[in-house]
Amino acid sequence: MLRAVIGIALAAALVALPHGLSFSQQEILVFLTINVLLVASYRLLTLTGEWSLGHVVIMGVGAYASALFTKQLGLFVPLSMLLGALTAAAVAWALSFPLFRMKGFYFLIGSFAAGEIIRLLWKRFRDPFGGPKGLKGIDPMPDFSIGFYDFDFFEPVSYYYFAGTVVAVCLWIMWRIEHSPVGLTFHAVHWQDKLAQASGIDVRAYRTRAFVIASGFAGLAGALLAHYIGTINPNSFDVEVMVFVLTWAIVGGTATFYGPILGCVMLTVLNEIVLRELGFEQMRPLIYGAVMILSILFLPKGLESVVERLVGPRRARA
Amino acid sequence: MSPILEVDGLTMRFGGLTAVDGLSFSVAEGVIHGLIGPNGAGKTTTFNAISGFYRPSGGEIRLRGQVISGQPMHEVARRGLVRTFQHSTLFAELTVLENAVVGTHMVHRPNLLAAVTGSDRAARAEARERARAALDFFGLAGQENERAGDLAHGHQRALGMAVAYAAGPQIVLLDEPFTGMNPEETRAMMVLMEKLRDSGVTILIVEHDMHAIMGLCERITCMSFGKLLAEGAPREIREHPDVIEAYLGGTHHAA
Repeated sequence: MLRAVIGIALAAALVALPHGLSFSQQEILVFLTINVLLVASYRLLTLTGEWSLGHVVIMGVGAYASALFTKQLGLFVPLSMLLGALTAAAVAWALSFPLFRMKGFYFLIGSFAAGEIIRLLWKRFRDPFGGPKGLKGIDPMPDFSIGFYDFDFFEPVSYYYFAGTVVAVCLWIMWRIEHSPVGLTFHAVHWQDKLAQASGIDVRAYRTRAFVIASGFAGLAGALLAHYIGTINPNSFDVEVMVFVLTWAIVGGTATFYGPILGCVMLTVLNEIVLRELGFEQMRPLIYGAVMILSILFLPKGLESVVERLVGPRRARA
Repeated sequence: MSPILEVDGLTMRFGGLTAVDGLSFSVAEGVIHGLIGPNGAGKTTTFNAISGFYRPSGGEIRLRGQVISGQPMHEVARRGLVRTFQHSTLFAELTVLENAVVGTHMVHRPNLLAAVTGSDRAARAEARERARAALDFFGLAGQENERAGDLAHGHQRALGMAVAYAAGPQIVLLDEPFTGMNPEETRAMMVLMEKLRDSGVTILIVEHDMHAIMGLCERITCMSFGKLLAEGAPREIREHPDVIEAYLGGTHHAA
């Protein structure tokens, strides 16, 4: 009951939120929504214990694929977004064969290398990827009406509602996966892969599964981004963005579902509102670095540990 | 009784070192079988080869006549051979019940689509039921919501066996289950193992603790320097001159 009330209040607040913001803040809100999906999908990937440095590039695979499906084949945008997500998942599946021969640090480096290879392919092949300048004039989401509300995608508010709905559905699916026997198996693979194997769990298959699902959601986030800003290039998905994702996840904490999302929201607010107002925007990497070091030193379990302390411990899985 | 597990000419080489050299023995169904030997005899290597943790360099391992050597560990587990690990290898961050639920993986395979739609509710309830039964069997019923890492040492060992039992194995391999236990915990553990055997599960134990193994096992295989030294009932092993020599070295037994 209480949870339902909180849920409705939160949904109402999220619907009302853009109307109190300026145009540029509304645009930032759209990016934030997409980044929430990105960082939440990253946490799903980390559930099996493997941290990837290629996640943002996989997001880019979704963005490029979706953009090309509309540009080259003239597909309907929402359909090409879904196909973009599937392409990202398929690429992740193919990458899993070399990558999951490695674990831990080696996997981290391997995923970085794999991501850079994909980025180099985008740069090298002007047809179809547009080379270093990337793709321009990507079809926007077509306007439509649902009776009481007209989606006009020239307005960031409309795109925020559209992306927000997509992201909410994705978060719900990811939450269901984590709180299911499949999610428990992911945790088991993370904490003791030997014992998991002895219990008949195909550890590699489960690592691949987490990687593929997370990549699909990241690809969808990329597609949402591509059709919003209309132009993407290889540098939109470089390692600097990956560092931001890592910072959000580490500052927020990865032990809970909401931790990385909390980190993403808090740091975006810090960055866009506080730093931009103060005119420190150019120093974003410096400030992010400082925040990351400070949080590792003083808040090693992330912002989520503060919330857990306030709300009290709750546990339920399986 | 027909043998449930047959080890036939098992050889394990690591580089130039031959840790296990043409070892053959078999385990009869429904017994507690011990595998002993002095330090460095190759017991644990044998164990790892049987459970699929290592791929044997030579020889064959058969479970109920089916060749299992060369299969990965989860495949071996799916055929009905489940192992435990030395020390307290558990999912320390998960609760006791969650540990046992992971053990039921083979019986109730998680399904991704059903997990999202929620149509696996019945399967989840059954998995929890089965996990609870396993905890009950090993006397952990009251502790299902505790973090596994917070349990007392003896209980952690019992939980390790409960996780294996929840998988519904035909044969369980226990890797040094008595290490670090006081005599009281050892006795309690022995009772649990007899209970497990009586429920129809064959047990193969690798152990250092001679006292526990002599009192528990119906049959013992003793190995030394990677080779079979002797096999027989506990009394025969205890009085076997080669075994005494391997353990005590030289001519001590003459005294």
